[in-house]
Amino acid sequence: MKLFGRREKPIGEILSGGESAIANKEVEGLSLGQIVRRRFFRHRAAVMALFLLSSVIVFVMTALETKIGPIRIPGWWKWTVEDIPELRFEDCPGGTIGCPTLSVNPFSNFGLGTHPFGQDDIGRDYFALVMNGARRSLMIMFIIGFLAGFIGVVVGSISGFYGGIVDAVLMRLVDFMQTVPIIIVAAVIGKTAGRVGPVFLALFLGLLTWTGLARLIRAQFLSLRELEFVDAARVAGASNARIAFKHILPNAIGQIIVSVTLIMAGAILTETALSYLGFGVVAPDVSLGLLISEFQTSFTTRPWLFWWPGFFIITIALCVNFIGDGLRDAFDPRQRRRISKKDRLKAKIEVKAGA
Amino acid sequence: MSTEKVLEISDFNVDFWVDGVWYPAVIDMNLGLAAGKVTAIVGESGSGKSTTALGLMSLLASNARINGSVRVKGEEMVNAKSAILHKFRGREVAYIFQEPMTALNPLYTIGFQIIETLRNHFDMGPKEAHKRALELITMVDIPQPEKSINKYPHQLSGGQRQRAMIAQALACDPALLIADEPTTALDVTVQAEILDLMRGLKDKLNSAILLITHDMGVVADMADEILVMKDGITVEHGTSDQIFNNPRHPYTQQLLGAVPKLGSSVKRVLAFQGSTKPAPVLKLTDVTIEYPKRGRVPAFTAVKNFNLEIYPGEIVGLVGESGSGKTTVGRASIGLIPVKTGSIEIVGKEIAGAKQAQLSAIRRHTGIVFQDPASSLNPRLPIGESIGEPIYLAKIAKGADLARMVEDLLDQVELPRSYRNRYPHELSGGQRQRVGIARALALTPDLLIADEPTSALDVSVQSRFLDLLTELQEKLKFACLFISHDLAVVDILAHRIAVMQNGLLVEAGDRDDILLRPQNDYTRRLISAVPVPDPAEQRIRREARLAAKN
Repeated sequence: MKLFGRREKPIGEILSGGESAIANKEVEGLSLGQIVRRRFFRHRAAVMALFLLSSVIVFVMTALETKIGPIRIPGWWKWTVEDIPELRFEDCPGGTIGCPTLSVNPFSNFGLGTHPFGQDDIGRDYFALVMNGARRSLMIMFIIGFLAGFIGVVVGSISGFYGGIVDAVLMRLVDFMQTVPIIIVAAVIGKTAGRVGPVFLALFLGLLTWTGLARLIRAQFLSLRELEFVDAARVAGASNARIAFKHILPNAIGQIIVSVTLIMAGAILTETALSYLGFGVVAPDVSLGLLISEFQTSFTTRPWLFWWPGFFIITIALCVNFIGDGLRDAFDPRQRRRISKKDRLKAKIEVKAGA
Repeated sequence: MSTEKVLEISDFNVDFWVDGVWYPAVIDMNLGLAAGKVTAIVGESGSGKSTTALGLMSLLASNARINGSVRVKGEEMVNAKSAILHKFRGREVAYIFQEPMTALNPLYTIGFQIIETLRNHFDMGPKEAHKRALELITMVDIPQPEKSINKYPHQLSGGQRQRAMIAQALACDPALLIADEPTTALDVTVQAEILDLMRGLKDKLNSAILLITHDMGVVADMADEILVMKDGITVEHGTSDQIFNNPRHPYTQQLLGAVPKLGSSVKRVLAFQGSTKPAPVLKLTDVTIEYPKRGRVPAFTAVKNFNLEIYPGEIVGLVGESGSGKTTVGRASIGLIPVKTGSIEIVGKEIAGAKQAQLSAIRRHTGIVFQDPASSLNPRLPIGESIGEPIYLAKIAKGADLARMVEDLLDQVELPRSYRNRYPHELSGGQRQRVGIARALALTPDLLIADEPTSALDVSVQSRFLDLLTELQEKLKFACLFISHDLAVVDILAHRIAVMQNGLLVEAGDRDDILLRPQNDYTRRLISAVPVPDPAEQRIRREARLAAKN
């Protein structure tokens, strides 16, 4: 896969390179960023997931009207969440109502129809509802990711860099946070604070889910600060802040990115679970988990009410997970590409000594 | 003794698959090895010697391809069925690796691991195997065999671990012993003992040994035949005497020329003459350094009552074996480790107990080059930024001025200016150490501390590095504390030498006094244990050493 042009060296030069020339061959002339990118793009599942997730985000975000303060950007979909069109009865299986009009059969009425995902009990367009729910879920996912990522990195860095008493105090805090059952605390807060908005919910979840990341970053700092380049920076006169942020943190960036993506994948599921139990996003606001919980009684007769939100939850969570997986492989230098038989046979080009 | 070959390698090739292309690592190797003989494969890193060792018994990773023929006692090993390979590995062909800490399983006692090998290959009861394991441990001279058999690898010293691994390797009386850098991780005195042991066992068991090493001294000590490799190609193959005394290939000559020899370098002129000594750049008085206790681990005194003075323009070599505290002295001299008692003065200013701000002011007079080229540069920074950091932080220059100064420094260490934008992983080990020097010299320090800067380098790279360091020192006249375990390297560089053992300074003086007329027993032992890259002379030295021991 030739995605990026590489500066090729004449083979003779590589061979005469002496010190582990073959090992260096893979990294010659590339910055670390380029190497990571190249490894990531080799991971087929991750690339597909990245493509799919970006498409889903664009699709979901543009479908409905967006309000940013006074600015209104109209969406491309004809219905909104507030519209209550007439319920459709014709062609529905088993005398149900509001069935999807989406048809992939090329021979009979192929196309979207008026309500591709169907309608809910009172006739609201289900596509619009799912789009709105997915939008909420994505927003919550990103807020949790950034908040948990930020707190986790700060606490982990301080803890690992200073060690000693600071470390002990912060890590006991982490221990304490990890024993807090998220669902129950969320339930209590949801009940006492009444209807919590999705942003509040996301901030709250973000404040609870950073602990794992903090531990990882701490461990990274503990091992990185023993390396000689940190001593070299200290001798050069670098301050503690400079050592932590300029020298150590960039070397932990791989871990951070990977953990944050995994936190995000978990966040979307937590949000769904909370909303399903009625403690998360509350009607009339919509989220994917809430949609599933609202229509759970109708699933036996009208299963599409479950399929569509479920489909989006699985797609988003799976994509984020795959991307995280791909990133982890890309950042881990010990990961070696497995060579298939096909590759072995394909590699006809041989370098002969002295060539 | 039959003349039948234990190992026959013919047209042996190993290639590695990298990004759709096969790169050769070993090319057309031919070798025959008879019982009771030692053949050494020498070469610098990346020459394919370890690849050969692993490739012989098909132990390479899946991206390797092996062609040709390897016969052990007449049986073909290349593309052999795994059942045959299993039968031969350990039973007929045994390995000794470089790092015994990682080659032994830390979860099991050494006795258990030896017994496991025995019972895998022989129909043997547990009691019988235990008895045999005890014999083996006694044979490799591990003290208190009855007790040691139940010890875990971490409870043994480095030399004892290597002995345990040899015992395990010899458990089945293998016909062929492949020793891949068996003594590289060990101190010279321990190395000498391990080599004596291997030589003795070879004669007793009549095994053939394939010795893989980069140390010409070890080769001179052990080998009957030598095979010199470069970039996978066998450049020269001959008897030990022929290679050492009459090398034909220019690469072999170059390799031998680069090996530092003890006591053969020219007299270096001191920077100052006569009795009026200038003020010392570095002065350590009664320094004691202690690593504080951690939990149940008691406090450890790494350096005790240490005194040393370094005057402007001189290089002082600090030698000692691992654990002697020499690195601790180096780090304390630059304020990276606090001292418990005593005083350390750099250009007349006290750094023991100095505050952070004072310390960073004093540090502008110093520079340090670290041991490990892989970890001493930040992998996320282009090397130009690493070199320029001290200048930038001292607020001497920035922007275009800084860039110009960085280019000057790169010129000084003979690296191309374009390397400014490269990242450490794009450089070889030797180049990285040059970058390390450039960074250390960025503020034109009065004192340079070099902590084993050449121990991770190949001999030819090392010799270029030492030339460069000498040249720079003569030009810039900085004082230098050169820490090393390698006496031959210190011999080339130093004006004066200080010898450390177990945290104590045992002897210090002019280079020639220490190397030619050592007063202390330990210094004498240290010097006699260094193998000399000359088979005839090494034989004499070895016999003298053994005679002194008995």
